[in-house]
Amino acid sequence: MKALMNIKWKHYINYVVVGAFTIYLAYMAFAGDMPRSQTTLYTDIGVTIILAVSLSMVVGFLGELSLGHAGFMCVGAYVGGKLAATFTEMFTDLNEYIIFVIALTVGGLAAMLCGFIIGLPALRLRGDYLAIVTLAFGEIVRIIFLNSGGVFGDQSGMKTPRLDRQILPFISFILVLVTLFVTQNIIRSKHGRAITAIRDSEIAAKATGINVTKYKLMVFAIAALFAGIAGVLSSYTENKIQAATYDYNYSIEMLVIVVLGGMGSINGAIVASVLITYINNVLQTQLQGNMAVLKNLIYAIVLIVIVIYNNAPALKGFRETYNIKNLFSKIFAKKHDPSKVHDDEAKWDRVPTKIDIDEVLSVDIQTGSPYAPDKSEKEKN
Amino acid sequence: MSKVVLKTENLGISFGGLKAVQDLNLEIHEGQLYGLVGPNGAGKTTVFNMITGVYKPTTGKFWLDGENLTGKKQETINHKGIARTFQNIRLFNNMTVIRNVLVGLHNQKEFRCSMLESILRLPRHFKTEKAMRERAKEILRIVGLEEERNNLSCSLPYGKQRKLEIARALATNPKLLCLDEPAAGMNPHETEELMDIVRRISSEYKITILLIEHDMKFVSGLCDEITVLNFGTVLAQGTPDVALNDPEVIKAYIGG
Amino acid sequence: MEQIITTLINGLSAGGTYAMIALGYTMVYGIAKMLNFAHGDVIMVGAYTIFIFFTMLGNPLIGLLIAVVLCMLLGITIERLAYRPLRGASPLAVLITAIGVSYLLQALAQIVFGADIKRPVFFDFGKISVFGLSIAVSTLITLIASAIIMVVLSLFVKYTRTGRAMIAVSEDRGAAELMGISVNKIIVITFAIGSALAAVAGFFMIWKAPSVSPTLGALPGIKAFAAAVIGGIGSLPGAMLGGILMGIVGAFSNSFEFTAPYTDAIVFAVLILILLVRPSGLLGKKRREKV
Repeated sequence: MKALMNIKWKHYINYVVVGAFTIYLAYMAFAGDMPRSQTTLYTDIGVTIILAVSLSMVVGFLGELSLGHAGFMCVGAYVGGKLAATFTEMFTDLNEYIIFVIALTVGGLAAMLCGFIIGLPALRLRGDYLAIVTLAFGEIVRIIFLNSGGVFGDQSGMKTPRLDRQILPFISFILVLVTLFVTQNIIRSKHGRAITAIRDSEIAAKATGINVTKYKLMVFAIAALFAGIAGVLSSYTENKIQAATYDYNYSIEMLVIVVLGGMGSINGAIVASVLITYINNVLQTQLQGNMAVLKNLIYAIVLIVIVIYNNAPALKGFRETYNIKNLFSKIFAKKHDPSKVHDDEAKWDRVPTKIDIDEVLSVDIQTGSPYAPDKSEKEKN
Repeated sequence: MSKVVLKTENLGISFGGLKAVQDLNLEIHEGQLYGLVGPNGAGKTTVFNMITGVYKPTTGKFWLDGENLTGKKQETINHKGIARTFQNIRLFNNMTVIRNVLVGLHNQKEFRCSMLESILRLPRHFKTEKAMRERAKEILRIVGLEEERNNLSCSLPYGKQRKLEIARALATNPKLLCLDEPAAGMNPHETEELMDIVRRISSEYKITILLIEHDMKFVSGLCDEITVLNFGTVLAQGTPDVALNDPEVIKAYIGG
Repeated sequence: MEQIITTLINGLSAGGTYAMIALGYTMVYGIAKMLNFAHGDVIMVGAYTIFIFFTMLGNPLIGLLIAVVLCMLLGITIERLAYRPLRGASPLAVLITAIGVSYLLQALAQIVFGADIKRPVFFDFGKISVFGLSIAVSTLITLIASAIIMVVLSLFVKYTRTGRAMIAVSEDRGAAELMGISVNKIIVITFAIGSALAAVAGFFMIWKAPSVSPTLGALPGIKAFAAAVIGGIGSLPGAMLGGILMGIVGAFSNSFEFTAPYTDAIVFAVLILILLVRPSGLLGKKRREKV
């Protein structure tokens, strides 16, 4: 009982909210009368959350810019979808849910392997260089699947099996819970500390004995695993999957969600996923025909305004005066009191990220090549 | 004489045509407080960068406890027992003070806990986390930062940030602790405190210390042996009194 | 043999176009220290402008002139409204804004011009025979024009006051400012030049493959950025080299039936391989983090 009292409920709020919604979806699946628009929306939200949370591991916690998340998703969708299609044909008496689980595992693992491979250049490249390599990877994967010569469908797509539309949202949110469980438990452990240490200062992390190679590869692989799982899930939502869905624009959309949610914040990524998917969905259904393009316009303007508002150095004073967070803390007059915080349990989920211009733009931090030492080191003192 | 902890033999590195450090021969004994001094650009930090694996030496070798570590990776060298601080402070800025130290404890054998155990939240995870926090608090007590352990490290004043770097390095359980200008930017009072801390680390925890410092009072007050570098070559070696009074050294510092 | 030389010339010509776009990326990156994701869409705006004035006046060259001016204004406007407020903010924020601008331009184009593909056909000079090789005249003109533009740009950067100021800003913005160089002015000039080049590139692109659509610039933009990275981003000769390399690889890949569908994949694979061997690109400067 005492143990229950000691739990910081604040840290588990996301499980509670997502869990409650999952139960609601289970109930709705049982009732079996969700309209199609809703099943699609909820499943999409689930897929987006999985993608955004896993991408936020790479971008927000490890501090590496990745523009190829859709590529991993593509691998999962095609490998998992192909496997499911083949199994459904070959073993007609096999339960479709068993096939789904197998497809999920295999698709996820295939994407994980790709994540591991794309993690290798991440050891040598940083910032924009890594961004373009991951983007290139995503495009390569997509083009290969698109022109697979019949193995993975043709130019018009690949046929995949489908699950009951009523149950799909529920499954999607179960997978969201799994994703949350894994990523959050990694982040809130000594391994998460090591990962964020690499983000804050790779050099200091190395000097402190952190195995940077191991953790970078691990984060890329795990993020890819979940992207792959999201891919398999997405392949089950339509009768046919199309490679064009998984182009770099999709990766960029995910990055935008992670950034809008606040880098290094899992809850932020969830909220932004829900919001953006929902807005997309509403705009898409409300704006018909020629007006459909207005969706992109609104999206673009909102994006620009939010980013400039949140980041422009000139608006700093304004932000500090009219900040929702500050207003709240003024109302509740709650101040951060270090002595009341249980050691190192504060700031687990919300680690503010400040990526220095130098770190993102630093081209190459290999060691062992010529560089005039000592001179510039003195500047600081 | 006690056993040799760090030994370098003809250690040297050149960048392009520039010989930043040449023919460095050091022998640091267990429990010693060893100083590396010299004017700006003498190559002191470069020596640190070589023995911590940031740069690969172009000539020579070095040994820690008789084990050749030349050309090993930074992580490996740290695991073997060389820890360092940085001249321009490199803390994990977005983390709390205690968390910085916890990162330092990451590789200790007694705190081993695989990622799978952490994901599944097996009992070992909770046990290690608790033990790690206790140890981190102990270490913070040494440098006097226990009270501030839940503040963000970037919010600490400069002098305390330097102390936190020392604590983080200590957490990796080193045999040799390399301090790169630990007193830079500190006021006289803080410098006094720091000298006390360094002495205690050396005497109570039996850790050999190699330090770079500009403050001659600091060096002569602490170190029992020093090496003076200038333009990458050794000018003098010996006890502070002898080495600092060497005519070559005086010439290098005063000029002429 | 003839086949190879023809392919090579086609590749050089396509590479010249890529190089022109890549120059825009690399100059902006070198001087404003940001990845201008919307650069590809400036090409698209240029292409539409050329198309409209071509249908109105029947002469694509006047269209090109207007497009160059319009794109310069567009580049300057984008810089002023979207990027300048964020100077000094985290580079990721700037990148996201640039993505936003890219979306915005595409959406606007779709609203104004519609989503359908326009197919303007400019002068068709046919093919001529050079040393027994049959080459399209448009290819030759593209090749020669891009060579001239690159030479002029190199000379401009090297020998004019403005050009040298640009180098100074790219090396060290703070120091350049202390030397009395107006950084804002230099950045505006950079955006103007880059956008003008984009308009020219747009002209050659739709001359060769007559199709104008709102997403016209997206993929060439990404590929040109890849070219700039291959050459070493921030380096002008690097962007030219990278662009030409990309054009040649693409042309050869397109000339074989079994590799043609994978051309883009091959081009990107070359990028990854080059970066693995030389992490800062072919001609890029190595920047090392100080310890």
